[in-house]
Amino acid sequence: MILIFGVPIQALTGQLMVGLINGAFYALLSLGVAIIFGMLRIANFVHGAQYMLGAFVAWFLLNLPNIFPGLGLPTIGYWVALVLAPLVVFGVGILIEFLFIRRVYDLDHAYSLLLTIGLTMVLEGAFRLKYGSSGQPYEIPELLKGGRNLGFMFLPYYRVWVVVVSLVVCFATWFMIERTKFGAYLRAATEDPILVRAFGINVPLMLMLTYGFGVGLAGFTGVMAAPIYQVSPGMGQNLIIIVFAVVVIGGMGSILGAIISGFFLGIIEGLTKVFWPEASNTVIFVIMAIILLVRPNGLIGRVAK
Amino acid sequence: MHDVFATQTTHAGAGGAAMLEIRNLEAWYGESRALRSICLDVRDGEVVTLLGRNGAGKSTTLKSIMGMMRKRAGSIKLYGEELIGCASNAIARKGIAFCPENRGIFSSLTVAENLTLPPIVRDGGMSEEEIFDLFPNLRERLNTGGTKLSGGEQQMLAIGRILRTGARLILLDEPTEGLAPAIVQQIGRVIRRLRERGLTVILVEQNFRFAETLADRHYVIENGNVVDSMTNAEVPANRDKLAAYLGV
Ligand SMILES: Nc1ncnc2c1ncn2[C@@H]1O[C@H](COP(=O)(O)OP(=O)(O)OP(=O)(O)O)[C@@H](O)[C@H]1O
Ligand SMILES: [Mg+2]
Repeated sequence: MILIFGVPIQALTGQLMVGLINGAFYALLSLGVAIIFGMLRIANFVHGAQYMLGAFVAWFLLNLPNIFPGLGLPTIGYWVALVLAPLVVFGVGILIEFLFIRRVYDLDHAYSLLLTIGLTMVLEGAFRLKYGSSGQPYEIPELLKGGRNLGFMFLPYYRVWVVVVSLVVCFATWFMIERTKFGAYLRAATEDPILVRAFGINVPLMLMLTYGFGVGLAGFTGVMAAPIYQVSPGMGQNLIIIVFAVVVIGGMGSILGAIISGFFLGIIEGLTKVFWPEASNTVIFVIMAIILLVRPNGLIGRVAK
Repeated sequence: MHDVFATQTTHAGAGGAAMLEIRNLEAWYGESRALRSICLDVRDGEVVTLLGRNGAGKSTTLKSIMGMMRKRAGSIKLYGEELIGCASNAIARKGIAFCPENRGIFSSLTVAENLTLPPIVRDGGMSEEEIFDLFPNLRERLNTGGTKLSGGEQQMLAIGRILRTGARLILLDEPTEGLAPAIVQQIGRVIRRLRERGLTVILVEQNFRFAETLADRHYVIENGNVVDSMTNAEVPANRDKLAAYLGV
C-alpha cells in the first residue's frame, strides 16, 4: 500500500475527488451569489432554497405520473430536467425579483438580508410541510452510471460529469460577463446604473434578468446535485452558509474569485478530512476569518462600493 | 451661419419650431428643491449654453431633460412630444445623449467597451473612425482600462462615445472643466464640427470666454430659475451684467 504523509493514497485521492465535487457545487452556487451581489448589491440568502427548488423540480418531473395520477403524464428524466428545471427556477426568480427584490434595491442592506432570509424560510417551510425532512431519492441517469477503476482510485462517471459541467458553465458565465456586450452593460450598470440607463439601456429589465439568471444557475446546480445528495427541503440550508463564506473569500461580487475559491475550498475541505477530520467542518470559516483580516476585499476583490 | 441663427432667435420662445421646449421645470433631490421654474427653448441646430454660478441648477437641468432626476415636474417637449414621465432609457432612444460632469467613464470597462457602450439610437451617428479622427489619442488606447486614461482623454472618450449613437440633441456638462488650454481648444473644434453636422447642443459652461466662441444663445440660471437669456451677438453689450451674474 502506498502511503503519502502516512495516509493511504486511495483515501487521499478519494477525498480529493469528494473535495473536487463539493468544490464544483460551491463554485456554481457562489457564482450565482457573486453575480447577484455584484450587479444588484443584494446578498441573496434565498439562493440555497432556490437550489433546493431546482432539485425538487427535477424530482417532480421524474415523478409526474405519481404526483398527478390519472392524467397520463409522462415521466421526465434527468436530461430534460437539466434544461427545464433551471428555466422554471429562472421564472420563479424573475417573479421574486418583480414582487419583492426590486423594492429593496435602494434600501439598507439589512432589508434585503431580512427579505431573502424570510423568503428562504417560506420556501423551505412549505416544502418541509409537504415532504418532511427526509430526502427523496433521485437516480443517476443511465448514461452516467458506473465508473472506472484507475488502480489507485475508483472514478464514478457522474462525478466526472459534474466537475466538467461545472467548469464549462463557470467559464461560459465568466466569458459572458467579462467579454460580451451584454456583460459590458452589466459591469457598467454595477458602477453607475443611472448613467447606463440614460444611454438608453433598460437597466431595471437587465437587473431582473440578471437575478433570474443567478437564480436559474442555483436551480441548475440543484438538478446536478439531485443524484448525488438526496432531494430534501433542507439540502440548501447548510450549503448556503458555506457558499457565502466562499463568496466572501473570493471577494464579494467577484466572478472569477467565486469560481476559483469555490473549487479551491472544496479541495481544501476534502484534504482536511484526510489529515485532520475534526477540523473539516470549520476549515472554510477559519480561512474566511483569516482572509477578512488580511484582505478584507477577498482574494480577487473588485472593490465593493 | 452664426448670425442667421442669432437673428432668428432673439427672444426665446418667439416663433420658429423649437426642438426642445421646457416650461416650468421643477426638480428635487429628496426633499430639497434644486429647480424652481426653468423655462427655455432650443431650436434645431443651435448651440445653447447654460451659464450660472456653482449650485445654480445647470447640471440638474440637463439631468432632468435626460430623465435622470427621480422627482421632477413641469413640461419638457421634444418636437412637441412630452418627456416628463418617460423613463430615461426611453428618452435616450428618442435621440438625446448626455455627457455628465464627472465624465462617467467606467473603470471595469476598457476604452473600447466604454466607447461602444451607448447603443446606437438613430442613423447618422459618427463612425468609430470619425471619432478617432476627432480624438486621435483614443485610437492607441483601446485596450486600456477606461479610468487609466488621463483626465483630458477621459473627457474625449465621454464625448466620443455619445457621438456614435446618432443622437440629435447633445447635452454636455462642463466638458472643459480642469483641462489644459490645448485640449479645451480641441473640444471647441469638436463642438463646432457637431454644429456643422446639424446637431443641436446644450452646453453647460463655467468658462464663459470659451462658451462665447461657440454658442448661438445663452441662458443664465440662478437658484433654479432662468433669470436671463441673450443671443451671442448681444453679449458684448451685456458683459458687465453677465460678469455680475457669474460672479467673475
Ligand atoms: N446629488 C445631490 N443631492 C442633493 N442635492 C444636490 C445633488 N446634486 C446637486 N444638488 C443641489 O442642487 C442644486 C443644483 O445643483 P447643480 O448640480 O444642478 O448645480 P450646477 O449649476 O451644475 O453647479 P456646478 O457649476 O457646481 O456644477 C444645488 O443646490 C446642489 O447643492
Ligand atoms: Mg454642475
